[in-house]
Amino acid sequence: MTTDPQVAKLFGHADDHNYLTVDRSIKSWLFTLDHKRIGIMYLVGVTAALFLAGVFALVLRSELFTPTGLFLTEAQYNQMFTLHGAIMVFSFIIPSIPAALGNFVLPMMLGAKDVAFPRLNLCSFYLWVFGTGFLLVAMVTHSLDTGWTFYTPYSIRTSTGVVWATMGAFVLGFSSIFTGMNFLVTINTMRPAGMTWFKMPLFLWALYSTAIMQILATPVLGITLLLLIAERTMHIGIFDPAYGGDPVLFQHFFWFYSHPAVYIMILPAMGVISELISVYSHKKIFGYSFIAFSSVAIALISFLVWGHHMFTSGQSGLVAVIFSAITFTVAIPSAVKVFNWLATMYKGSIHLVTPMCYALSFLFLFGIGGLTGLFLSTLSVDIHLHDTYFVVAHFHFVMVGGTLTALLGGVYHWWPKMFGRMYNDFWGRVGCFLVFAGFNVTFFPQFVMGARGMPRRYARYDPEFEVFHQMSTVGAFILGFGILLAFGVLVHAVFRGKKVGGNPFGAASLEWQSSSPPSHHNFDHKIILNDPYDFSAYVWDEDLHTYIHRDFAKPRTPADPETVPSAGN
Amino acid sequence: MTTVETTADHGDGHHDDHHHGEFIAHHFDSAEQQFDSGKLGIWVFLVTEVLFFSGLFVAYTLYRYHHPEIFVDASEFLDKVLGGINTVVLLFSSLTMAWAVRCAMLGQNRTCSRLILVTMVCAAMFLGIKAVEYSHKWDLNIWVISKYNYDSAAPHAEPALGLSQMLGISDYLLVLSIPPAILLIGFLICYVIFRSRQQTRVAGLFAALTIMMGGYFLGAAGGKIYQDFQDASHASHAGEHHGEEHAGNYVGPDINTSPQDIGIFFSIYYCMTGLHAFHVIGGMIALSWLYYRSLCGHWRSDYFGPVDYVGLYWHLVDLVWIFLFPLLYLIN
Repeated sequence: MTTDPQVAKLFGHADDHNYLTVDRSIKSWLFTLDHKRIGIMYLVGVTAALFLAGVFALVLRSELFTPTGLFLTEAQYNQMFTLHGAIMVFSFIIPSIPAALGNFVLPMMLGAKDVAFPRLNLCSFYLWVFGTGFLLVAMVTHSLDTGWTFYTPYSIRTSTGVVWATMGAFVLGFSSIFTGMNFLVTINTMRPAGMTWFKMPLFLWALYSTAIMQILATPVLGITLLLLIAERTMHIGIFDPAYGGDPVLFQHFFWFYSHPAVYIMILPAMGVISELISVYSHKKIFGYSFIAFSSVAIALISFLVWGHHMFTSGQSGLVAVIFSAITFTVAIPSAVKVFNWLATMYKGSIHLVTPMCYALSFLFLFGIGGLTGLFLSTLSVDIHLHDTYFVVAHFHFVMVGGTLTALLGGVYHWWPKMFGRMYNDFWGRVGCFLVFAGFNVTFFPQFVMGARGMPRRYARYDPEFEVFHQMSTVGAFILGFGILLAFGVLVHAVFRGKKVGGNPFGAASLEWQSSSPPSHHNFDHKIILNDPYDFSAYVWDEDLHTYIHRDFAKPRTPADPETVPSAGN
Repeated sequence: MTTVETTADHGDGHHDDHHHGEFIAHHFDSAEQQFDSGKLGIWVFLVTEVLFFSGLFVAYTLYRYHHPEIFVDASEFLDKVLGGINTVVLLFSSLTMAWAVRCAMLGQNRTCSRLILVTMVCAAMFLGIKAVEYSHKWDLNIWVISKYNYDSAAPHAEPALGLSQMLGISDYLLVLSIPPAILLIGFLICYVIFRSRQQTRVAGLFAALTIMMGGYFLGAAGGKIYQDFQDASHASHAGEHHGEEHAGNYVGPDINTSPQDIGIFFSIYYCMTGLHAFHVIGGMIALSWLYYRSLCGHWRSDYFGPVDYVGLYWHLVDLVWIFLFPLLYLIN
């Protein structure tokens, strides 16, 4: 008995009649209002930014191979780390998971046709393009050497392209705000009847919390950067001490945005991990409401900790103690998440496919990144570690070990949904291993040399640090190669991968109720609501080679197994 | 075997909400859902706007807390009457805006369009008066802190450009008024062209835009006349008391604060009011779009969202001014 052809069309592999093939013209992509296509365009864009800034990172690490440098002048070195940081932060990490994966997945997880404001969504994407363009203009015309933080008064004095770069960051900020607005409104008003807040997938909770931060923090960055531009062009004396301004005020304004911004970077990653851990353990997520509330808690606390970037900037001792104490509390919701993920895996049926490997890497690396944050929030310890490689290692463990790892895991997880093709799992895992190993070789030595006093942002260093720097450089190239391989495997899958049906992994959130790739309107049938973590609602369909909601499945004989090994092996 | 309930295909997915009767975008289930989404969206946007201004308010608070005497002295330079008139103008425009929303709800497109036009004219008048205030300060060399060069003994900067001498206005006011003048003429030409082509709606839009720019010149002329009158009365007043020192040329209040310090007030003043003025211009563009759609008769009792959203934005622009006016003008 074969499957109903209509069921096959709706839930199987869709070669034609999907969002990719509905119209193949370039114009249909450039002016698309389809959230899926905008998500794909974002993915391409942020990946390009990742590679560009990644090349800068490799140049930096090469330069640091010897204590006296290899080929850059000190000024060029300053420009390199600034461009690496600015492009990575503003053009890559902040939009990466929300704008690329979030755009593709969010409306589908809600069973909706699109986000609430499709035109605003496209506008966000083009703002991203223009903002990144401004950063590139700054790069090729005058370069930039302020560090990604644009601290005054140096950013007022330097002859490099601060105005272009801050314009870029300003525009990218609005791109981020509009994405956040769109997601917040979409989740509020477009949930299907019956999907209450606590029946949403946890990725949506993470995106919602992220949206709150994007909306409340980013405008402050906007006005700060405008004031900086005014300061540079007209010398308005608000940040410039030469005219009675206060440079520390800039730091307060900047970190009022930029500390929430680091949670804008990590929270969506945590959302991805919640999905991956649950799906590939094939077990209901443990502590759903704790994970959900911890996302909101992190979002709220994020607004109260900015002062911990200024422990050595001359703020009052009392304020420093308060900021230090609040910073410690961030550890609580973060740990709640980690323990719940571990508890989800406990006695689960764990499939060590590529996305799960990334999820496990995340747990390990984020664990270290998070715990070293506690060292830095301790006032006395921070005096010693401030502006050393310890800080560099800490935030790279969170941003790269956390966010980049989760992004790769998420991309591998949703890739079959995006393109209807399965990647080569073996090479995917090899890529994951290289990323994991290369990452640790790069950044673990940085903790050691930072604790021994190696300052960050130095082009030259004492010979005693040479061995650590050399390990770090070797690791950086392994990491770079691993990321390249990971993307190579994905690109290969698009053209040569095995075709898959709508739900190859047996996941239970709504986006898997469509065909792969989804049709232009996402769902051509009335969706069936179910608990996003109730994996027993889906059964394996022999004919379609995919999991399918049991309501649609052909009648089974009692001997039929409910779960068969996941695809992708 | 279970049958699958399929949904009907909804066309190409592009928005065609400029046609009658098809105002619900394809991805919304109902007009109500669409309205709620837009309403929440605009409120969230207003939150970001408030936060956008918040940095300036924090800077204001900080510097006023540290240097209260600067703020007391410096605010003497600001003209309470012109600021007050502008406040009234904006408040009135908020009234007409709210009234326009009500008309849109009732589907009274014609009244709605007229009320929106009044709102647009008020917005432009506000900018005209603001231009007079700005140019007057620039004449006195009152700039941001780094270029602040006010000298109570020095006279006004005399107009250097021939046209400004002819009109009896300062060079700065002339320069500020050139873009509105170009726009006025451009809109007028467009109006004539579209009128001759019988495209009445587009012509109607350009007529409104022309009238709006006229509002700018109304505001600027009114403000200028008041300013000249004020200068003259101060001059005679000063002449009685100080004899020849300030004879014939009143330039500002006596202040005790050193000029280097007082500039910080004007740095903040220009940033706050300048950013606010940009928001007024943004509002004028949005209002023009609403005006055109009112001419098209788009508003119905189940579809008036855009008027409502722009209205909320306009009230926020008004509200920001309601805070700026006392904080900057009414310190003493």
